[in-house]
Amino acid sequence: MFEYAQAAVEGALAAGATYADARFGVNANESLSARNGVLEGLRLGESAGVGVRALIGSSWGFFSVTEPSEASARQAGHDAAQIAKASALVPGPPLELAAVPAIEAEWTSGWQEHPHEVSLAERADLLVAVTAATSSVPGVTVAESHLSAWDTQKWFVSSQGHRISQHLVECGTSMEATAVGESETQRRSYGGIGGIWGTQGYEIVRAADLAGNAQRVGEEAIALLAAPQCPAGTTDVILGAEQLALQVHESVGHAIELDRILGWEAAFAGTSFLDLSQLGSFRYGSDLMNITADATLPGALGTFGYDDEGTPAQRVDIVRDGIWVGVLSGRDSAAVTGLPPGGMVRAEGWGRLPMVRMTNVGLLPGTSSLEEMIAATEDGIYMETNRSWSIDDKRLNFQFGCELGYEIKHGRRGRLLRNPTYTGITPQFWGSMDMVGGPDEWIFWGTPNCGKGQPMQYGHTGHPAVPARFRNVRVGVSGRADS
Amino acid sequence: MSGDLLLETCESILDLVGDRAEAEVTVSSGRSALTRFANSYIHQNVAETGQWARLKVVVDGRTATAATSRLSTGLGDLVDRALEAAVLRPVDPEWPGLAPPTPTRASIAGAWDEDTAVALPGTRAEIVEGFVEQGGRQTTAAGFCQTGGHEVAFANSAGQRLYGRSTRAVVEGIHRIATADGGARQVAGRVAELDGAATGLAAAGKALRSADAVDVEPGEWEVILEPSCVSDVLKFLVGHGFNAKHHAEGQSFVRVGDAQLDPQVTIVDDATDPRSLSIPFDAEGTPCRRLELVRQGVCQTLAYDRRTARTANTESTGHGVPGGEAAGPVPHHLFLEPGPAAPEELIGSVERGLLVTDFWYTRILDPKTTVVTGLTRNGTFLIENGKIAGAVRNLRFTQSYVDALAPGNVLGIGNDARLAGESHYHVPTLHLGRWHFSGGAKG
Repeated sequence: MFEYAQAAVEGALAAGATYADARFGVNANESLSARNGVLEGLRLGESAGVGVRALIGSSWGFFSVTEPSEASARQAGHDAAQIAKASALVPGPPLELAAVPAIEAEWTSGWQEHPHEVSLAERADLLVAVTAATSSVPGVTVAESHLSAWDTQKWFVSSQGHRISQHLVECGTSMEATAVGESETQRRSYGGIGGIWGTQGYEIVRAADLAGNAQRVGEEAIALLAAPQCPAGTTDVILGAEQLALQVHESVGHAIELDRILGWEAAFAGTSFLDLSQLGSFRYGSDLMNITADATLPGALGTFGYDDEGTPAQRVDIVRDGIWVGVLSGRDSAAVTGLPPGGMVRAEGWGRLPMVRMTNVGLLPGTSSLEEMIAATEDGIYMETNRSWSIDDKRLNFQFGCELGYEIKHGRRGRLLRNPTYTGITPQFWGSMDMVGGPDEWIFWGTPNCGKGQPMQYGHTGHPAVPARFRNVRVGVSGRADS
Repeated sequence: MSGDLLLETCESILDLVGDRAEAEVTVSSGRSALTRFANSYIHQNVAETGQWARLKVVVDGRTATAATSRLSTGLGDLVDRALEAAVLRPVDPEWPGLAPPTPTRASIAGAWDEDTAVALPGTRAEIVEGFVEQGGRQTTAAGFCQTGGHEVAFANSAGQRLYGRSTRAVVEGIHRIATADGGARQVAGRVAELDGAATGLAAAGKALRSADAVDVEPGEWEVILEPSCVSDVLKFLVGHGFNAKHHAEGQSFVRVGDAQLDPQVTIVDDATDPRSLSIPFDAEGTPCRRLELVRQGVCQTLAYDRRTARTANTESTGHGVPGGEAAGPVPHHLFLEPGPAAPEELIGSVERGLLVTDFWYTRILDPKTTVVTGLTRNGTFLIENGKIAGAVRNLRFTQSYVDALAPGNVLGIGNDARLAGESHYHVPTLHLGRWHFSGGAKG
């Protein structure tokens, strides 16, 4: 399979590229969804093609074709170079690539049970059963459950001598209940950022215990309809680990993408509040804040062997004891800044241009626990599971809504609260973190739908996280004038 | 691929299915190219050709869907996988049947421009150059120019045969100064209509006027929303409210026949209008038609696909989407009827308010009340005594979009309707009496 990628690279070089790389890929995905005890969707997809990237001057040119022959792959390389050449009308400084060793390797993600080899009937039965159980709770309007699996094979060749084949299997599932009240709806879901996902086989679904949580999810959705509204004000907030994962993703993960910091994504995705001149000195958060980007964590959704530039997966410190010390980078952005390449450039598939992507960007555990945080809080709110998220183009001003909240009074969990929201400014918010959950509460959450780039690409990213407490946070923002 | 070849591929797939199942097939092909620029130079220049076949089979009321990009070698596998999957499913009691054949092929007139479909990177680079130059040395520019076209053929075993094609060209970007951005966008069916310089000039002007932006207090403000913002309002309002599936589940604000919106508001969905740059049939093979969703503030109807239409004992309005079993029908060729006033007149009628030119990162908090949070971006200005008094820093809002268009809150509608926003809806500027800003740039 290397021959298509090789031909594409040769085509690009012959047309004048100073550097070229190409990926031939074969992708297969299967997704199932059920609603109220009925299998609603069953979709199978597959694709094969080659994407080639050619560097000339200040610009990448990229071209992709489906079902290539060696001739059409070579032509794709030629076209990528021609596209890059046209950029010379609006040129910038020549783009260099940070040096990396040329690697020949083969890597497989590993799985116990390939999800596509679990019968469709068994997978369907699971979703039908759990949605039937959830929808049997009186008052639940809609119970839904989803299951998706991706099988990705790719063969990478570069003009600098890389030849790497990889085979990744990713899988995950989700479940949610919706209850409709007189004036609003309430949703309760199981899992993290839209589910439970990992670079794993079907074992992640078996371990998820959907059935054991189906009834609870439905009951909580109903309870939320009758719960009091989250009050508006400023108070201490304890976030569950799955909401922390989203908080890390939005207010750290995107902010540390070097392409954003350099302005390369300014128009669409935005930039970052971070200034490279402050790398190593800027206080991102409290002393308890330790963030890494670790693409080597077994089974996490942002794990791989080599990125789509052929750089080995690695662990990079991002925030150490509250100080910003690292970024997410690729060979081009690293060369511009003089930083080491982080091996964090990936594409959604063979048909898209690779770009800087989060790997497993997560909060390292501390020494506390969720129960200790609650016991230590005189007056506050516990919030769990993301419902909405919005953050400005510099990743500074955010507002997140959660599905469920509990008031905390005198060290005890009190009333259930509906529509909990909190808002803040990134470094101030992280600076207020004073308790962090321990290793026993460290979970590898992930999101399979991180949007970035143009054309839009959906990335799979991992976010290990624990619960944590934040002081003096503004909560309860709603659409009303009094909030 | 030509239209005939796409339809031939549809027929080949139907032949492979044979009498083993009812089936519907969509085969599409396209070319898309996108030139991105940042820091005032082109840094990424991409193009792709693609082709897809999507097959839905129905075996005794049991359905499954499969898709492939391997049109040369993968059609047999496509059919086998779909058939194998279908027999695993229970009979779908709500299966509405295949779309019946229509007398004539759906019209394709007016939606295709060959120069746009195959535009060269040099053409896009010239448009980008025009955009970038407008800031002189005072700004840096970032954005993209996109060109491309796609063709879609549809066939089902009930005899329906449809073909459509559409081209689209977009230039969009921002000019940046140290403390602010200004943005602009132009969408057209023909690349020759794109004016990079004019778009860049609009963006640069907003940025340069924002150099001395100040904070204003959040709270209730009278606002002028430019079309990009209005497009976002319609995206959430219509996408959630007029989806018949959401409505049946009780998750919609709409009460058909009630005057829930201001009398000045008329919203139409029309994929047959050439200005929508759309393929005029839906994913189920139902031809689209003009659908008046709101007339003078009164909700007229919901949007239906075949499944929701069957349940409601009515006809599909042509709003089926891939994966519609879960998503429900989606109206996404929206027009908000323009008013008589020039945008300058709307601004001139404001004693104290804000001009918002773009929204950013909007997310819905509750579908039934359509409460949405987001931020302003790319140019927000204070209006005093009918004139722009200066720029303000970005604000966060948390606002019910239904309440925003409620009776009495729409103070005026502009005459400047155009394709706008990320959704490319055809909408004008709006003048609203109240808009709830829930926070400033500093929290």
